[in-house]
Amino acid sequence: MQTIYSDLLCIGAGLAGERVGIEAAAAGFDTVCLSLVPARRSHSSAAQGGMQAALGNCAMGEGDCPDVHFADTVKGSDWGCDQEVARLFVDTAPIVMRELAAWGVPWNRVVPGESKYFKGGKEFTKVEKKENEGLITARAFGGTAKWRTCYTSDGTGHTVLYTMDNRAAQLGMVVHDRVEAISLIHDGVRCMGAVVRCLKTGELRAYLAKATLIASGGFGRIYRESTNAVINDGGGQIIALNTGVVPLGNMEAVQFHPTGIVPTDILVTEGCRGDGGTLLDVNEHRFMPEYEPEKAELASRDVVSRWMTVHMQKGFGVKSPYGDHLWLDIRHLGIDHIRTKLREVDEICKSFLGIDPAYQLIPVRPTQHYSMGGVRTDKDGAAYGLTGLFSAGESACWDMHGFNRLGGNSLAETVVAGSIVGRKVVEYLKGCEAVFNSRVVDDAVARQAGRIKALRERTNGSENVYAVREAMFDAIMKGAGIFRNEKDLTECVETLQAIHERAGRVGLASNGLGANPELALALKIQGMVRLALCVAYGALMRTESRGSHTREDFPERNDRDWLNRTLATWPEGASLPELSYEPASKVFEIPPGDRGYGGGKIISA
Amino acid sequence: MSRILTFNIFRYNPQDPGTPPRMDRFMLDETDRMTLFIALNRIREEQDPSLMFDFCCRAGICGACGMVINGRPGLACHTKTKDLPEEITLMPLPAFKLVGDLSVDTGTWFREMYQKVESWVHTSKEFDPAALEERMDNSLAEEIYELERCIECGCCVAACGTALMRPDFLGAVGLNRIARFILDPRDERTDAQYFEIVGNDQGIFGCMGLLGCEDVCPKGLPLQDQLGLLRRKMAFTALKGIVGKHKHKHA
Repeated sequence: MQTIYSDLLCIGAGLAGERVGIEAAAAGFDTVCLSLVPARRSHSSAAQGGMQAALGNCAMGEGDCPDVHFADTVKGSDWGCDQEVARLFVDTAPIVMRELAAWGVPWNRVVPGESKYFKGGKEFTKVEKKENEGLITARAFGGTAKWRTCYTSDGTGHTVLYTMDNRAAQLGMVVHDRVEAISLIHDGVRCMGAVVRCLKTGELRAYLAKATLIASGGFGRIYRESTNAVINDGGGQIIALNTGVVPLGNMEAVQFHPTGIVPTDILVTEGCRGDGGTLLDVNEHRFMPEYEPEKAELASRDVVSRWMTVHMQKGFGVKSPYGDHLWLDIRHLGIDHIRTKLREVDEICKSFLGIDPAYQLIPVRPTQHYSMGGVRTDKDGAAYGLTGLFSAGESACWDMHGFNRLGGNSLAETVVAGSIVGRKVVEYLKGCEAVFNSRVVDDAVARQAGRIKALRERTNGSENVYAVREAMFDAIMKGAGIFRNEKDLTECVETLQAIHERAGRVGLASNGLGANPELALALKIQGMVRLALCVAYGALMRTESRGSHTREDFPERNDRDWLNRTLATWPEGASLPELSYEPASKVFEIPPGDRGYGGGKIISA
Repeated sequence: MSRILTFNIFRYNPQDPGTPPRMDRFMLDETDRMTLFIALNRIREEQDPSLMFDFCCRAGICGACGMVINGRPGLACHTKTKDLPEEITLMPLPAFKLVGDLSVDTGTWFREMYQKVESWVHTSKEFDPAALEERMDNSLAEEIYELERCIECGCCVAACGTALMRPDFLGAVGLNRIARFILDPRDERTDAQYFEIVGNDQGIFGCMGLLGCEDVCPKGLPLQDQLGLLRRKMAFTALKGIVGKHKHKHA
């Protein structure tokens, strides 16, 4: 078996993983990044909107500063975030955007003079200052007081990831693509690296490192309908949870976006509704004004998703072979507007649905979009429970998003956390001597080899892995979707516990040789069910509504009892996670208050 | 919509030497708005769980799912079955090493390309965290973005006559990358330095002008224009013999 040593092992080569790796590589440390796919195909590339940073260069961002960004972020989180982390983030974000500019990102820039923009389908005028010409500009996003989102057209994640991977190539940072970490190597105290399966040949390798970083993105693919890439199935969170000592934070905090297209669940931007698009039901009737007389389609993401679900539950959904959906109507915006201002939506509709949105309705439904929860770390990015283990980006619960994250804050988090955590990893490596216990390494590899053998030989049973996954999809959507209540969550947890046992009896139908995809799924299906149980059980126990977590039976945000963060660990042999709680924040720069939107009730502390 | 589709799919697992390369046939009932992403996943889940293929974003953004669809390289995720005949033949992209079935190793090929063209901004400036960003004209930023839209799917390489004959050819994707850096004032390389990389048969002079690249590019990149501009620029650089003294850029 091949054993590969490095100072830093990054599991994931998207924006967060590469940014941390670059910090270490630039400091002279030997860095290896692992990736399921060639690094530039990482899901970071799919983020279109942009990155929030309070540069304040554009007219509509005038007067912006980190304090305003901080307030938006804390309100957005519904006071669930760690305020020390949110402060670090907003203060560092502008510098990181400028650094990316120096590395080659073609940010859109301020163009001086008068220009038009749309709000709620109406046209307004703004004037950009001559003295700011050529500086990084910004666009509007939901839940923000200023235009703050830096962007490159409709491909921000793509250009930043390409620049980041260029920088990695320049530094000679090693990226091994088409590999999958299937277990961490640890002795219960210290993390030493990971057991990795090659997705070209199927062979197992040991990667040993002084520091290991999990930067593997979100776990949206435990839901059937997710805007996430197919690789976002929680691999990083699973290997952390399976240590039995590393907790996952706030797993019940899951964001749904109102307009994923049906089928394939690709996102169409909020801009459709921002510019005046409407939502229609099976009778082509506009229903949102009945639920939200004032804001209608322009209420916040979580609110619109909730009402859409209610309306479909009442039987007003459009039936399709892919399940019920509603219609998004942008026809009245006119062909010119659609072909220019909504070019990306126009292309998605034509390429993936074969429809022309200037003349036809777009099939949409609320779709899982973002995981606020993940590997719980301190503000330095160090994971709880094991020394030498770090995490950054969507895979982590660092935790600047709390129970709801703002658009533009997640893509920014990848590079800002990457920069901050990268520096902390370098500090850690400077003082670090590693001793690798060969017994621990051999045992960890042997355990994974044993699992593969059992799956191929069907030693534990011959449950079909796809059937088990379907059962998990059904259970979690039913209980831990947008609306949650005690009855459905209890049933969901019980069902998932039974599915967890079935997952232990999976056996392969195919031979499992080489890069076999059935084996890849079979190796993680039980872990995926565990993540689903962390979501559902955490949601059952949290008897309040906060941000994206909506309990029909507990509609108030309860700061008296629930101004805290859920921590979930999975003891060996358990059938449920063990939950504990810590204060949401050690420091409250802004004490809990009203968000100013959403209209929810609050039980004060 | 009640066609029964027939898929003829190339099969070979290099890690399973007992089974020779072959074509397998699968039948599938077509559903409304079906794409090859939906069809291939259904075949894997319902008929043959060993079938290897690559999808990642499944939204035409990441470039993972390039394959040869009825003889033409393209992205499977945004290919709708209703645009195809009842008989659909799928082959892996040529020019890249086969991983298995429809899956190929593009990562290795592209990493070699980055190193050959030194795909990064070459600058002598140190980043100053306390300073304002350097200014750039927005229209130039947009021009750079147009070339940066490449998703490295490999379709242009698979459709290239030269790339199929000589494995060291940079391909339209590599040449487009150079064109992107030539545009960028932050990159301080001179025309002579660019000429070193692309002024040869592995580079711009290897292009036979068949322009299969432009025909198949799923992002509609202006590859023909870039190849033409680059060829003219490099020929000019060679002729002038004053290489290394001046750098022509519009800033």
